[in-house]
Amino acid sequence: MDDLMLNQFLLLSAILFSTGVYGVLAKRNAVIVLMSIELILNAVNINLVAFGAHNGTIAGSVFALFVIAVAAAEVGVGLAMVLVIYRNRKSVDLDEVAQMKG
Amino acid sequence: MVAQNIFFYVIAAVMAFSAIRVVTVKNVVHAAMYLVLVLAGVAAQYVLLASEFLAATQVLIYIGAIVVLVLFGVMLTRAKLGEDVNLTNDYWYVGAFTGVILFVLLATSLLDHFGDEPLDQANASTQISGNTEQVADALFAPYLVPFQAVSVLLLAALVGAIALARKD
Amino acid sequence: MFGAAEAAGAVEPGFLLENAYVVPLVMAASFVLTLAIGKRLGKHASWIGIVSIGFCFLFAVGVNVQWYGYVHDSEHAAESHAEDGEESHGDDTEDPAEDEDAARAEDPELPAGDEGALVVPAAEGAGPMVDGESASARGPPTVAAVAEEGEGGGEGHAEYTIEPVTKSVTWWTNGTVEFEVGMLLDGMAVMMLFVVTLISLLVHVFSTDYVAGDRRYTHYFAFLSLFSAAMLGFVMSQNTLQLITLWELVGVCSFALIGHWWEEKPNSDAALKAFLTNRVGDVGLLVGMIILFFAAGQTFDIIEINTLANTGDITHTALLVASLCLLAAVMSKSGQFILHTWLPDAMAGPTPVSALIHAATMVVAGVYMVARMYGVFWNGLVIGGSSINALAVVGGLTVLGGAGLAFVQSDIKKVLAYSTVSQLGYMVMALGVGAWTAALFHLFTHAFFKAGLFLGSGSVAHAVHSFDMKKDMGGMKQFMPKTFWTFVICTAALIGIFPFAGFWSKDEILAGASQLGGDGSYTAFLVVGSIGALMTAAYMTRCIYLTFFGEFRGAHHGEVSHGTEDHPVEEDHLAADSGHGDDLEAAHDPHAGDHGLPHESGPRILVPLYILAGLAIVAGFANIPNSGALSWWPEDFALVFEHLFEPRGGYFPSLTEAGPTGAVFAHPKFDIVIALSSTLLGLLGIGLAYAWYFKGLGPHGITQRNRLAGVGHRILVNKYYFDHLYTGIIAGGVKGPVARATNWFNKHILDGVVDGVGKGAVVGGRFVYETIDQKVVDGAVNGSGYAAEGGGQVFRIMQTGKVQQYGAILFAATVVLAGIFIVVI
Repeated sequence: MDDLMLNQFLLLSAILFSTGVYGVLAKRNAVIVLMSIELILNAVNINLVAFGAHNGTIAGSVFALFVIAVAAAEVGVGLAMVLVIYRNRKSVDLDEVAQMKG
Repeated sequence: MVAQNIFFYVIAAVMAFSAIRVVTVKNVVHAAMYLVLVLAGVAAQYVLLASEFLAATQVLIYIGAIVVLVLFGVMLTRAKLGEDVNLTNDYWYVGAFTGVILFVLLATSLLDHFGDEPLDQANASTQISGNTEQVADALFAPYLVPFQAVSVLLLAALVGAIALARKD
Repeated sequence: MFGAAEAAGAVEPGFLLENAYVVPLVMAASFVLTLAIGKRLGKHASWIGIVSIGFCFLFAVGVNVQWYGYVHDSEHAAESHAEDGEESHGDDTEDPAEDEDAARAEDPELPAGDEGALVVPAAEGAGPMVDGESASARGPPTVAAVAEEGEGGGEGHAEYTIEPVTKSVTWWTNGTVEFEVGMLLDGMAVMMLFVVTLISLLVHVFSTDYVAGDRRYTHYFAFLSLFSAAMLGFVMSQNTLQLITLWELVGVCSFALIGHWWEEKPNSDAALKAFLTNRVGDVGLLVGMIILFFAAGQTFDIIEINTLANTGDITHTALLVASLCLLAAVMSKSGQFILHTWLPDAMAGPTPVSALIHAATMVVAGVYMVARMYGVFWNGLVIGGSSINALAVVGGLTVLGGAGLAFVQSDIKKVLAYSTVSQLGYMVMALGVGAWTAALFHLFTHAFFKAGLFLGSGSVAHAVHSFDMKKDMGGMKQFMPKTFWTFVICTAALIGIFPFAGFWSKDEILAGASQLGGDGSYTAFLVVGSIGALMTAAYMTRCIYLTFFGEFRGAHHGEVSHGTEDHPVEEDHLAADSGHGDDLEAAHDPHAGDHGLPHESGPRILVPLYILAGLAIVAGFANIPNSGALSWWPEDFALVFEHLFEPRGGYFPSLTEAGPTGAVFAHPKFDIVIALSSTLLGLLGIGLAYAWYFKGLGPHGITQRNRLAGVGHRILVNKYYFDHLYTGIIAGGVKGPVARATNWFNKHILDGVVDGVGKGAVVGGRFVYETIDQKVVDGAVNGSGYAAEGGGQVFRIMQTGKVQQYGAILFAATVVLAGIFIVVI
């Protein structure tokens, strides 16, 4: 246990990812679903950077940067959608958003 | 190196705990606070991985901007500031099942495949030091086109968010 | 040849040659400037364009002069008797590897600065990395070695190398692929610089009168500038990506200028047609260039691709597919047969534009592209081998097809348009038979006389406000003698009468068709070319007769000017001009009064005509052969064009060594029989047409009396039904019948099946009801009904409309499947 292991980071990332997936699937509040998506994206980022360090390339960091940028865009649009949903139904409960029911 | 390991496990424990709290706590604002903890932990992990530029970016963008945005979202949608018993839906067990199985799968395959490979391959660590300059070089020479594409994406997201959220 | 590489490298290209890239940049700046402040300048907006193109023309002349010196130095530095290098030397036995070493070692040009590295690539087999880095890595030359090797290797080698002057900067990189932008100046690019800037300059001057008072005057000149910029950039493209980009930009300018008077539906339709037809070919261009990119090891560099093709490093299959794809692009851009239909319609644009774009420059872009990528075509299509290739066939078909259509047009510009199609066919055919120099030479001469013809027709149309020869022209000779004589000179050049320009170039193509290739495999194209010459003579005589002789059929201005259908807008514009544009010459104001007869155009129209007619006379002397019956011609003045403008180097098929296909590039010799017979055929064509039109001899009205002739006439009038094929059958076929077929299928088949099933079910149900149900299964049925309801209830619950729940199920299933996958494997 002297050196850092690659797997440490990957397992941590796996925990974050699984937690995020649970959050996306199980939470009723749209804002929390967005937060869970952030968890997933961060897990991916840790993976990217860890593998970048592992292989000695800078590409991992660069792509992590791109992911951050995309995440910022996603949160912006996502929250705008949540606001629209709220404005239309006075609630952000995803259980009530069921127009797809035939 | 031992110190790094200790730091890693401490931070990782905080992160795992906070992440689980994000999806289990009954108060949306608290969830956002736990999210801040997770994100800060991620930044710390970046430092451990010698990506200090990314760590700074993480703090600036995630904690500085995205979490604030999320909190605004909580405020604007008038979520209860107190506890909310109904934050979890009726079929949460499907999600829990998925999450657990997913983690087990990931963990087994990771342990199976990477075993105890060290993070630094031979002479990798020397290349990674002084990371900011390298990121800049990479970003503006070989990855210039994706960089431009991301700029356009941000612009599109900006326009889209305004178009969605404005009252007209 | 040893001496050649280092000697050429040691030759200084000269300041103008090295900086020729400013020419397209100046024109691009002119475009921006005209758009930005043109409106404020009013009718002086054209000065921006004229001054810019004038500067570019002078620059191009300077470039040509320096190029002459550069070629001269390259030759003489190589070996004093290197000039007769066009004769193939079978005794050349130098070792290519040595040659390569020499080229590498002696490449002397160091990067001039951080980004603008002036590179003279080692042409002969310099390997795949001919670019700035590798050139600079080769290091400075050692002068001693130059002298030594130059003397050691310099005996009896006729072939020398003219290094193209290249300069490029990295535009951007993606991963490991560098995208460059730069210039590649070799003989043909230098030649095209001259042609494009000259014609563009003349067209600019001509236009100041022709479109004076137009409502989009600045827009017009801005696009002329942009077009010039695109075309100039195109001819000196350093890589295929740049080539494609500027090719498309040329197409865009063409679109904008054809549709200049877009208020009229036919004009915008014509512009769209030109654009869309070109798209068809552009797909081929893209695919072909992508194939070449990967086949040549991920490079866009034109020299490198050609070099690799010539050395056989690219497989023949890749080259064949790529050149066939590129051929599609040539067919669309250069109006080759079956995709030529847009070119005559493009005559909807203003006449100077037709002269510039659709005769002299843009449509030759396809020809130029073939010439530029000749290493690819040469090896891909096995040009010079013993079989007929697609390039020559397309060209030959176009020669005859275009010439045939020119007979039945009543619009003077359409006659010239089909003539252009036919002449472009000659060029493509020449490239197809391996007569590269002849093709480029014909391009060179054709640019002058065809631009002269178009501008002449514009001058006539300016006077009579119409392009319809049958309705509104006739007898113009007496009104416009100067226009008439320039028109006649250009026509003589087009027909190929000795000693006008077209005679020399067309003759060289015909000689190429008869002499090149193994086993006389291209003699069929000699026949095609000769028939084409006959037809050209005949239809041009018809055109001159209808326009300039006979009675003036046009009505007086006041009455006619809005009457014709073909070009109503142009006419309006011309009519609208009448109040303006008389500030420069008082004499030129033909429409101010109500006087009825047309008269000669003003100096701004006539001077370009004089210049072009003069060039139509003398341009042919640029490449007078000194072989065959003309072997007495002094060597210094012979084949100047070939000497100056034909590339020498590894990126061009070699004159001495057989390439991968086993063919050796060669030049045709002057053949007095062919020259005489093609001239006689031309005279015969003139004579026939003269007899038919001037004298009224021959079976007139045969198209009404004879069914066969009538059918032929109808086919020609309908342009071989290609437009019907494209819009009626292909587009209509997709649109109407497919929809109808779908509907029919829906109605008859599907409904029938459903009905049948229903009826069968009724019958079966009755049977079941009467025999089984009533007696046996009642209880069971009730039971199963309940079961179905129960199942339905379960699925009804699952269909909640909640996306999140669907997602949960989806992910859970995925995870389970992934788990199974992992456990099993």
